[in-house]
Amino acid sequence: MTAELALFSDYKYGFFTDVETDSLPQGLNEEMIRAISAKKEEPDFLLAFRLKAYEKWLHSTEPLWANVNYPPIDYQKMTYYSAPKKKPVLNGLSEVDPEVLRTFERLGIPLEEQKRLSNVAVDMIFDSVSIGTTFKKKLEEAGVVLCSISEAMHTHSDLVKKYLGSVVPIGDNFFATLNSAVFSDGSFVYIPKGVHCPMELSTYFRINDRESGQFERTLVIAEEGSYVSYLEGCTAPAYDTHQLHAAVVELIALDHAQIKYATVQNWYSGNPKTGEGGIYNFVTKRGRCAGIHSKISWTQVEVGAAITWKYPSCILQGDHSVGEFYSVALTNGQMQADTGTKMIHLGKNTRSTIISKGIAADLSKNSYRGLVKIAPRARGARNYTQCDSMLIGDACSANTFPTIEVGNASSQVEHEASTSKMNEEQLFYFQSRGISKEEAVNMIVNGFCKEVIKELPLEFAREAQALLSIKLENSVG
Amino acid sequence: MLKIKDLTAIVGHTPILKGVNLDINRGDIHAIMGPNGAGKSTLAKILAGHPAYEVTGGEVWFKGQNLLELEPENRARLGLFMSFQYPVEIPGVSNAQFLHTALNAKRKGNGQSELTDAEFAQLLEKKRKVMEIRPEFTARNVNENFSGGEKKRNEILQMAILHPDLAVLDETDSGLDIDALQVVARGVNSLRSQHRAFLLITHYQRLLDYIAPDFVHVLSDGTIVKSGNKELAIELEKQGYRWINETSTT
Repeated sequence: MTAELALFSDYKYGFFTDVETDSLPQGLNEEMIRAISAKKEEPDFLLAFRLKAYEKWLHSTEPLWANVNYPPIDYQKMTYYSAPKKKPVLNGLSEVDPEVLRTFERLGIPLEEQKRLSNVAVDMIFDSVSIGTTFKKKLEEAGVVLCSISEAMHTHSDLVKKYLGSVVPIGDNFFATLNSAVFSDGSFVYIPKGVHCPMELSTYFRINDRESGQFERTLVIAEEGSYVSYLEGCTAPAYDTHQLHAAVVELIALDHAQIKYATVQNWYSGNPKTGEGGIYNFVTKRGRCAGIHSKISWTQVEVGAAITWKYPSCILQGDHSVGEFYSVALTNGQMQADTGTKMIHLGKNTRSTIISKGIAADLSKNSYRGLVKIAPRARGARNYTQCDSMLIGDACSANTFPTIEVGNASSQVEHEASTSKMNEEQLFYFQSRGISKEEAVNMIVNGFCKEVIKELPLEFAREAQALLSIKLENSVG
Repeated sequence: MLKIKDLTAIVGHTPILKGVNLDINRGDIHAIMGPNGAGKSTLAKILAGHPAYEVTGGEVWFKGQNLLELEPENRARLGLFMSFQYPVEIPGVSNAQFLHTALNAKRKGNGQSELTDAEFAQLLEKKRKVMEIRPEFTARNVNENFSGGEKKRNEILQMAILHPDLAVLDETDSGLDIDALQVVARGVNSLRSQHRAFLLITHYQRLLDYIAPDFVHVLSDGTIVKSGNKELAIELEKQGYRWINETSTT
């Protein structure tokens, strides 16, 4: 099989695939984009948005500066639209892939939750639909809007029109531009003025049975004085028939608003021996602290995908606004990750914190890439950056590519970095004291990542911890 | 309690142990001395189960169990402890967390109840004072930025908490100044009991001035070439290891 064929063939984990009843043919052209827009019955402004993006995409080039390698992608060989489909409903956990079940068990996910995650039909009391409805009611009472972006473009078209592309402009980068032209669906969140969102939105998404689609688009708007915590992804292994994922997430925080956005990414990462298959996760995530004293926190635990190209960033526009980035990126097998953040300080006395923990094992490549930029007018701005790498074995690599630009003399930037190695001697030391190797890996890795893990919503922190050690099990000793 | 029979072992392709025989009973203190490269540390690591050493022949029985069949952690839970010559640093894991996990793993393995945080803290505080270790130690990461002496004292503290039946101390005296050596020796002596045995591995006689052994063995080129009592160590110190080779070949 040639590299290119391997790239687009469905890999063996495509057990979630269903017959696609409603999809457009391969290839990308203006006609295709009009067809997508028509199928979704979109308002005119969105078609214009898509067409403009397509035009820009034609003239933009794929970024090649990242520290990753992959064969060229043929964008004309991809399918850009298939109707959002429900995952097939299973009759019992016995129909779920045993590998997935084993992972669930070891992550400590309760049985009922396992059923929901794998979309097994459950009895009335635990019916995911009814629980979903309860959540929805609670959110509605608070005035929080949580719906698909396809829905929002009809029900809240003013907000979509105002904010879509306001943080990640149409022509921002190759992948984001492609997303703007062809995005399938995604989530829309609106928190009205002064509202503290009554629940972690993660709880809601845990029971969502919709497939995210390869060109996901998310828009979160937090009005003045509001608060929301949002978690996307799931600790359970995720498989998809599409290899390229190019999502865009835009966050807007107005005066005194706060958004916490957490991601747990566990996409299929390809065959660890041959490097074949696996998701390309080329994501653009950016938040704008538009108002004074606003705050945006990104937390990510990235343990999957063959290639990760992702830099959740903050534009600190409002005076006294705060941006945070907490990241754990774990690579093993032949995974490649080039991830980090950009903190753009524009307002006065803006503050940012970057804590990045990279763990590389086997043959993987793990790079931190970051930009801290302090504009001349951002007087009194402060940044603290800490980048730590842990290597497991001799064949992996970890790199840091920090860039710091400071435009005034009243600002303060700190950067700390370290590299450590987990080795056989350390594990043997634990074992010689009666602690099993698995527990040793768990303690070392979680000790290394604790500053990031504690930023996750509580219910996920424990799962994320277990996930990290499960992932590394076969890479150690 | 420990019975080593015709033990042979290699590292890579190099034979290191060439037939070691040793019996250790409860309450005994044995010292193994020998020149560099004789296989002293190899013996310690094989007893603890280090993966880099391959046993090619012989048997080791500990408390009636075939030690060589057990995973390192199960050897520890059974009551074997090895103090490392070069203890490793473990970033991100505190001494208290490490020791608490280790002790509870052992207790659990022996069907005992696990200690709560409060119970463990109390125990740690008591033992810490004996070893003259500073209070902030418990929150620090395992061996991270410890001086050589601190690392060795930490090993003995771990031993005091884990209460082994057999403690193998691998060159615990190396790199210690006289004050640190005394603290370590005091720690070891405080754990002497008729239920517990020690195997001291050392290059110099110095440690034996502070911890009096019942038996002294000389390991040379992978076998025990001479055994005796404390006087043997003093004789060795006087004559050097060459004396052993000369006397054993003649």
